[in-house]
Amino acid sequence: MIHKYRWWEYVLIYGGLILFLIFILAPFIEAFVVSLRPLDSVFSIPYRFITEEMSFQAYIDMWINVPLLWLYILNSFFIASAVTVLALLAIIPAAYAFSRFEFKGRDGMLAAFLAVNMVSGAVLIIPLFKVMQQLGLLNTYFAMIAPGTAFVIPTGIWLLRSYLQKIPKELEEAAWADGAGRIYTLVRVIIPIATPGIMVVAIATFIAAYAQQFLYALTFNSVNELNPLPVGLFQFFGRQTVVWNELMAASLVGILPVLIVYVFLQRHIVAGLTAGAVKE
Amino acid sequence: MVTARKIDYFPYLLLVPATIVTLVIVAWPLVETVRLSFTNSTMSPIEEYIGFANYEKMFSRRFPEVIARTFIWMALSVSFKILVGIIGAVLLNAAVPGRTLFRILVMPPWIVPIAIGVFIWGWMYNGQFGMISGLMQRAELIDGPLEFLAFRNTAFMATIVTDVWIGTPLVTIYLLAAMQGISQDLHEAAWVDGASRLYRFRRITLPLIMPAVATMSLLSAIWTFNSFDIIWILTEGGPRNATTTMIIDTYKTAISRFKYGEGSARAVMIVLFLSVFAGFYFLMISRFARREVIE
Repeated sequence: MIHKYRWWEYVLIYGGLILFLIFILAPFIEAFVVSLRPLDSVFSIPYRFITEEMSFQAYIDMWINVPLLWLYILNSFFIASAVTVLALLAIIPAAYAFSRFEFKGRDGMLAAFLAVNMVSGAVLIIPLFKVMQQLGLLNTYFAMIAPGTAFVIPTGIWLLRSYLQKIPKELEEAAWADGAGRIYTLVRVIIPIATPGIMVVAIATFIAAYAQQFLYALTFNSVNELNPLPVGLFQFFGRQTVVWNELMAASLVGILPVLIVYVFLQRHIVAGLTAGAVKE
Repeated sequence: MVTARKIDYFPYLLLVPATIVTLVIVAWPLVETVRLSFTNSTMSPIEEYIGFANYEKMFSRRFPEVIARTFIWMALSVSFKILVGIIGAVLLNAAVPGRTLFRILVMPPWIVPIAIGVFIWGWMYNGQFGMISGLMQRAELIDGPLEFLAFRNTAFMATIVTDVWIGTPLVTIYLLAAMQGISQDLHEAAWVDGASRLYRFRRITLPLIMPAVATMSLLSAIWTFNSFDIIWILTEGGPRNATTTMIIDTYKTAISRFKYGEGSARAVMIVLFLSVFAGFYFLMISRFARREVIE
């Protein structure tokens, strides 16, 4: 058979896969092991992977030593959710337009949206910083939400567009024949049918919005109570005495929600993530 | 339709929200950055146009060095991502038990918050207590603790390794998808003719995934060029500017030192390079699209 491997080929494949996955997963494993160790054993020389007295104590202590931890996590969720909702309000009609209508400048506009994927917020930060300073928008949630929204819209449009293209046109034509308005058709016919696709886009957008929370919060916000988790934790890393076991525990807690979502919906998410890079 | 042709405004109406957000957050700042680059703008509300002074000043101050460093950083990082990604995709494409699980396990570096992944790497690079220095001492590769982020060369490599770690999953999964798109008939025909696995990889798989490799290389070059979080968290561009890429340089000038004008000139340079990459990208995908139509 074509897929039959000889024993040494199995050794090579599994050996390679294990090496590959060690590179990918080592940081997570190391973070987990460190989070289980008491602090004096974290700071022990020589390095040992497994030590005695491992416990989940750091997961309890971190709420005391990182006093705003729950607030950071809440902020992260709030910012990512707000970005997702705002982005969807822009994505759904735009994707509908690109998937259903012939209009002048369509391909050019689609390409222009996709080109947004090629600049990062860091390049555009100067005018944004200036204008937020002048308008007094620094240190608000808005300053962290609005810029993030623009950068998740292009991939969302791209993803949802290909989903909407699969919905048969006859459905809308039937609705129009019944005298339904076009906005009514979009809201009452298309959106309900496209709900699974919209959910996938929403989840992919949420994960992207959750992952990108660093630059805007670092630059536009200096009020600790408003910080999302990455920036909240970042402040602790600069200090002389870093409580590494608790910070690793806090980091893992911050990672956990996206990992859980990913494990359950990985097929859709992988499709969603690779679609952003897909060729036309 | 028989009715007279009128311009239909409805699709444009649908695009209004997305367009407004993009104009305000992306397009306007882009134009404004260019304008600011010709001014002496700082914290104070007064600003004057000063021609190309910012650009002249920038190039008199070792800026070419920063450009060169950025390109070396990008080239190394992208090469490793593509190399590791191809190897990873080949391994994950093998029909062995457990491959579904392995495929799931590849993705986490890409989906978790970038900053948090980088914090963990920061700890692993710690010389005294970190995993990498510790294991290297155990293996007697180094004599004593090696503080990776404290030396120019090791810090440079360390930031690249972390960038590769974050970028590899997407490259791998994308190339895997390209490999799975190859018709099984081709492999079977070659197999019937007695072609070895390696031969089939070289003559069937590799040529057919080349468009995907090219697309991914260019996209990852663009993203790597834009990469900010990783370097900022690990080294803030140090030690002694060893990891100061163009984007870090821009941020330090504009945000840390409030020199908006000088920072904008640097940002304009980044945009110029990015436009060249983007031009190549769109040229390439339109070429691939045409070839597919012909076939």
